[in-house]
Amino acid sequence: MHAIRTEGLTKHYTVGFWRPRPYVALDGLSLEVAPAEIFGFLGPNGAGKTTTLKLLMQLVYPTSGAAWILGKPVGDLDVKRRIGYLPENPYFYDYLTADELLTYFANLFGYRGEERRRRVAEVLDEVGIGAERRMQLRQFSKGMVQRVGIAQAILNQPEVVFLDEPMSGLDPLGRREMRQLMMRLRDSGCTVFFSSHILGDAESLCSRVAILAGGRLVTTGRLADMLGFELRGWELIVADVPREKLAALGARVARLVPLAHGRFALELPADPPEPLIAELTRHGGRVLSLNPIRDTLEDLFVRQIAAAKPRDTANV
Amino acid sequence: MRQVWIVAGSVFKESVRDRVPYSLVVFAVLLMAASYLISQLTAGQDLKIIKDLGLAAIATIGLLIAIFIGIGLVSKEVERKSIYSLLAKPISRASFIIGKFFGLVLTLAVNVAAMTVAYYAVLAYMNWMAEPGMRESWPAPATDVRLVVPIVLILAQLTVVTAIALFFSTFSSPLLSALLTLAIWTAGHFNADLRNFQAVVDSPPAVYTARALYYLLPNFASFDVKAQVVYGGGVPAAHVALILAYAVVYVAALLVAAVAIFRRRDFK
Repeated sequence: MHAIRTEGLTKHYTVGFWRPRPYVALDGLSLEVAPAEIFGFLGPNGAGKTTTLKLLMQLVYPTSGAAWILGKPVGDLDVKRRIGYLPENPYFYDYLTADELLTYFANLFGYRGEERRRRVAEVLDEVGIGAERRMQLRQFSKGMVQRVGIAQAILNQPEVVFLDEPMSGLDPLGRREMRQLMMRLRDSGCTVFFSSHILGDAESLCSRVAILAGGRLVTTGRLADMLGFELRGWELIVADVPREKLAALGARVARLVPLAHGRFALELPADPPEPLIAELTRHGGRVLSLNPIRDTLEDLFVRQIAAAKPRDTANV
Repeated sequence: MRQVWIVAGSVFKESVRDRVPYSLVVFAVLLMAASYLISQLTAGQDLKIIKDLGLAAIATIGLLIAIFIGIGLVSKEVERKSIYSLLAKPISRASFIIGKFFGLVLTLAVNVAAMTVAYYAVLAYMNWMAEPGMRESWPAPATDVRLVVPIVLILAQLTVVTAIALFFSTFSSPLLSALLTLAIWTAGHFNADLRNFQAVVDSPPAVYTARALYYLLPNFASFDVKAQVVYGGGVPAAHVALILAYAVVYVAALLVAAVAIFRRRDFK
């Protein structure tokens, strides 16, 4: 059984008051997410990521198509007991304290008495909210609200958690903690479905990704298969090489960048670099580092988005 | 059902945190100041005026709470997007709407009860201050227990107003909801005129429309029994029961409509 499955999920909105026009927010999304994986849902702003998450949470209804979570149709109350959701830029009742907000949500999940108190305290500890938990949320910074949002999303120990731009508003430390939390959730058997346009996070976390553009699925699959890890070239850092020797390298070097203290960064083609290294060493040069240049998720993302068809707004 | 009470509890908590109980202070100060001024200006009529004024103040303050909180119950959640994380929890949209309704009714009930206590305290004070001869001239005792009847009917009326505000709140902006609720509240006080529209207009379509509106709009005039009680008269129990039953049916119809609209709504 898939943790998440969508089939031809489509959402059209009508925009404009005086001259209503159709807008295709999501166009025939078919997707399958396996249990206990971290799945990255990527795309530029306006690609349809948030619309997809809202469809999965049944905050909006599909124009056509269907979606299932844990084998049941979205919106099923039993499914809602087993999932968590962090909306993009979340807002919570600012007259409540973090503790009260989570107690309110814990009540909805059916937690009672001591178990509820313990679970709320546990989850607030997990997201790094200490004594502030007794402050009203109107006094919280954006990053702190995001942490509360994460806490409410994992409050019920969900089997599937949906995170819409979870890194938004977090400082570097918070982002690192968030990455660790996502990995802990995955290790405990939870499926993590997260949308982001921060590709570095996706690259370091996801086993599989989907890329969305203009409301359409551009590609999906295992990150390892998609990137292929093909060698695009080498980055060589050298020192003490005479300038005239460097000038004579010509087309054998794709790019030459002078660095501080007489060092140079050389971008080499994908051919074996050993002959060039031997030649530079003969002229008194010292090799400081040699790194392969491979395709990154960002390269793939840019290529896929550039190749994607523009959004269709006619004949809906 | 439990989910309904959890949501209702949060509405009540929000109203307390939003300082709605401050309205009680306004009520108490208004009533005490009025009773002092009126006792200086009128001879013998002051008790009736205070009784009337107190009931009118309970109704007005209650109306302000019902409309201004009621119109924001749903629209505020949608506007601020707090509804996103709430509806992802195991709660149906119907439970959310009904919980919001009962939360505000609970707030109103507590406020009306507190205002009633203050009202009786002022009346007891007037009774204590009055000369024995004056007490005998009153058509009803100062702390007449029958005053509870118009207060119960005021609360019933406020419950209907809450349901109207909540109904509009499910699909329109707070400003439009406030205007529409106020319009219905006003029309509801004069809708007896719609029943006899044929006496002033000849056109059958206009008469049919007026008759349809008469049945559609809430008949708030029937909830108002202040004058009868203030002047010492009683209100038949059958009338009270009928009005309460009418309020229940009207509220139920509005909640069904509100849930039907809210169930299909997209939160873009």
